[in-house]
Amino acid sequence: MKKTKIIMGMPITIEVLDKSSENKDLDEVFNFFRNVDKKFSPFKEGSEVSLINAGIDRKDKELDEILSIATKTKKETNGFFNVWYRGKFDPSGIVKGWSIKKATELLEKKGFKNFYINAGGDIQVSGKKWKVGVKNPFKKQEIVKVVELSSEGIATSGTYEKGNHIYSPDGNNKFDIVSMTVIAKDILEADRFATAAFAMGRPGINFLEKLKNVEAYMIDKSGFATMTKGFEKFVIDEA
Amino acid sequence: MVKKIFLSVIVIGAFIAYAIYLKLTPKTALSLNQSSGNEALNPDSNSAANTSQASVNFKDGTYSGSVEDVFYGSYQVKAVVSGGKLTDVTFPIFPDDVPNSQEINTQANPVLKQEAIQSQSANVQIVSGATQSSEGFIKSLQNALSQAKS
Repeated sequence: MKKTKIIMGMPITIEVLDKSSENKDLDEVFNFFRNVDKKFSPFKEGSEVSLINAGIDRKDKELDEILSIATKTKKETNGFFNVWYRGKFDPSGIVKGWSIKKATELLEKKGFKNFYINAGGDIQVSGKKWKVGVKNPFKKQEIVKVVELSSEGIATSGTYEKGNHIYSPDGNNKFDIVSMTVIAKDILEADRFATAAFAMGRPGINFLEKLKNVEAYMIDKSGFATMTKGFEKFVIDEA
Repeated sequence: MVKKIFLSVIVIGAFIAYAIYLKLTPKTALSLNQSSGNEALNPDSNSAANTSQASVNFKDGTYSGSVEDVFYGSYQVKAVVSGGKLTDVTFPIFPDDVPNSQEINTQANPVLKQEAIQSQSANVQIVSGATQSSEGFIKSLQNALSQAKS
């Protein structure tokens, strides 16, 4: 059973291999994502985020959870990840990974074992070995790396458009990375670190190398990649 | 008719003069330590895959890049130029009430494995790729360096 819907401004694909899965199971998960969008979108009036930005104090369990993850991430990334900026609140960088993780828990509660959720390129897999391809940042139809995951989360942060026009004038910018792919024990971990590490630029790969149970593959604007020491254990060669 | 020709000559002459000026002006190349042997895998034709050094003048000093607003936060880069070269980049931390700057090693760890990306078979079940652009960092750095240009 495999379905894709566009929610939160991105395609969300859910595939469940368990034979007992039905349309209504997937619909339940899609509805969960729709509710997350209603609740946490900075663009929707009446969302928790909009209300906070309007100066209204909000008390909500899920909001608290997201705030606490945001605070933790900010600390762990030396401030590179921050959901507050000049009085404006936008937790979107946490909400994505968090919601995929929650959606995964929904499927697990139903007893499903072999599935994945792909929300805009951020993926949580479960059960069997899934082959995941990393997009070529220069040619979106191409894959440049294939990894095999069975319970991990994988997230890619990056910019593919206009990238080369906005680099520094000297043409030899050290901070010209176009893609940072992170594999971690779950999608929330992968997502929050991918976001922060990409913002650090090239040194981001060093930051990720220091983290336990987090592996990464970084691509620079010349098409040259750097990987953390443990990344290769996930790689399968598909020439 | 004569006027038109005259005008054209002036314009063309101006272009030629400018081109000559550019060639004659001494330039300091901005050089950073670069790992050699980069091989790009078919980047788009408008990409800066050419790794030839464009020559620009950079004035010594510390330049704060624009503060770039991104959906998950903000980035500002401080570029330090000395001896005409970019020697350091620091990242001030927000929010403003706790000013702080973190110096991060600008070189990638030489012990980490590197490779040119290579096309793989597309026989995969799922694809991971960025859907959002995270330009804030790069925009801010570019802004800082453009201030350093003399």
